[in-house]
Amino acid sequence: MVNRRLKEKMIEWVMMLCSFVTILTTISIIIILAVDTFKFFGEVSIIDFFTDTQWTPLFSEKHFGILPLLMGTLLTTTIAVLFAVPVGLIIAVYLNEYASPRFTAIVKPILEILAAIPTVVYGFFALQFVTPFLQSFIPGLRGFNALSPGLVMGVMIIPYITSLSEDALRAVPKSLREASYGMGATKLQTAFRVMIPAASSGILVSIILAVSRALGETMIVAIAAGQEPNLTFNPMESVETITTYIVQVSMGDVPQDSLEYRTIFAAGMTLFVFTFILNNISFWLRKKYQNQYE
Amino acid sequence: MDNHLAISKSKDKLFRIVALSLTVFALFILLVLLADIFWRGFGRLNWSFFKNLPSRHPENAGILTAIAGMLSLLFFTIIIALPIGILAGVYLQEYRSKNRFAKIVEINIANLAGVPSVIYGILGLQLFVRMAKMGNSLLAGAFTLALLIMPIIIVSTREALKAVPKTLREGSYGMGATKWQTTSRVVIPSALGGILTGIILSISRAIGETAPLLVIGALVYVPFIPEGPNDQFTTLPIQVFNWVSRPQAGFIVNAAAGIIILLLITFLLNGIAIYIRNRWYKKMKY
Repeated sequence: MVNRRLKEKMIEWVMMLCSFVTILTTISIIIILAVDTFKFFGEVSIIDFFTDTQWTPLFSEKHFGILPLLMGTLLTTTIAVLFAVPVGLIIAVYLNEYASPRFTAIVKPILEILAAIPTVVYGFFALQFVTPFLQSFIPGLRGFNALSPGLVMGVMIIPYITSLSEDALRAVPKSLREASYGMGATKLQTAFRVMIPAASSGILVSIILAVSRALGETMIVAIAAGQEPNLTFNPMESVETITTYIVQVSMGDVPQDSLEYRTIFAAGMTLFVFTFILNNISFWLRKKYQNQYE
Repeated sequence: MDNHLAISKSKDKLFRIVALSLTVFALFILLVLLADIFWRGFGRLNWSFFKNLPSRHPENAGILTAIAGMLSLLFFTIIIALPIGILAGVYLQEYRSKNRFAKIVEINIANLAGVPSVIYGILGLQLFVRMAKMGNSLLAGAFTLALLIMPIIIVSTREALKAVPKTLREGSYGMGATKWQTTSRVVIPSALGGILTGIILSISRAIGETAPLLVIGALVYVPFIPEGPNDQFTTLPIQVFNWVSRPQAGFIVNAAAGIIILLLITFLLNGIAIYIRNRWYKKMKY
């Protein structure tokens, strides 16, 4: 009996250690990013980092301004989100309010295939198909540009927005919709004046998650955006995102423990802080709206 | 008043048409993507493409080392991530579902699931490649990917356990079984379908990952099949990335052909996962 109880306790301990691995992962990410970012700011002033308009750590004349990378990241993310949010949300409303349950049951899983496709495939599609296609009617669009990978990234995040928004719309009690119909409202009026406001926190969660996903996306922009740090908000130009820079440096022959090597930690830390804040906001919002209609 | 109503009605109709077109448009993009890649790459798929080593000449290049590297990488990733992920999921759901520790871990896992994969690459580079001195080996890649897919395994394990009816547990306790006996002999077996679905989806995710492996230094040119966990490696997405970045048209064809294989594997795994999940859900409705 004592032996059995000891065995039970030991199993419990082993399992607790396993769940502790996830906490260790987070702690390691933060420490590893922080240590080298700290060393980086020992050599580069933090004011230059946020105000210098050039990012040329790999050139002989070095500048360490994160702004061009940040701008590239925000530009591709903005394009993706501007494209995906209206499209994704309208599809969600259509599937929830208008389409037959059978249509929804078929379309939703097919749309989710879009989220399962490896990102390197999207990169290929952006560079080899979308860019030449856009060039056929947008003169002056460069071979590497922010527009094409931005749009393709938008396609990739449509299912995130559609799926999560549709779930949120479905969680709204039927009585609200029926009351609206009872007042003589059309489906469209019901959708935009009753359902969407009622499901707003769930929809917001889907948008935040999509933004966070777009900020961290690497391969699509690495392949199709051009790997050139440009301080521009012109979608026709080629840009470099934070993620692309990290991949570019780690693929090259940068000696470890050099200032160049540390730039990827400072850049990574910047990205991590952004996504960390967004993920936490979405987590708390989700907690809030889960209890809303229960 | 009648006029107002008519406008509302025609707006409603207009929206229905626009929304249906957008839905069809999204599906159409998927179709275009698949058709474009299939059309470019299908002709390149022959036996030599599978059995050839990488080469400077596109017509001689093949995906043998990429496929071998990918399978070995998955093998080690699964060995590392599965036991830890499942045990953590079981612990959080069955043993500690309500207390503070579980809450902290839950927030933490939600956060980890949103960390960009390239950041996992930096973690792997510093922790496994440099500090643990694994170098850019299969093992370093496997550890990195294992950390990346662990949140997926834990969350899906918890979801699967949540679906197991309470009565099963109570029945087992009533027979005098201990907590672990109940968990291991009653709860986990009946949640197996759901757990398996999560595992397959996490493998599908691991197969498509490129960025973290590039960061830890997985090579784009590996002319040999890895023979052990300390060997250097390449994978199919990395090989595709390498080919896409080259100017010669022949390599673009190769990239498309490689993508066809990559997509086939991804869709197959997702299909199996959906099939298992549907069968399991039917069984779970007692």
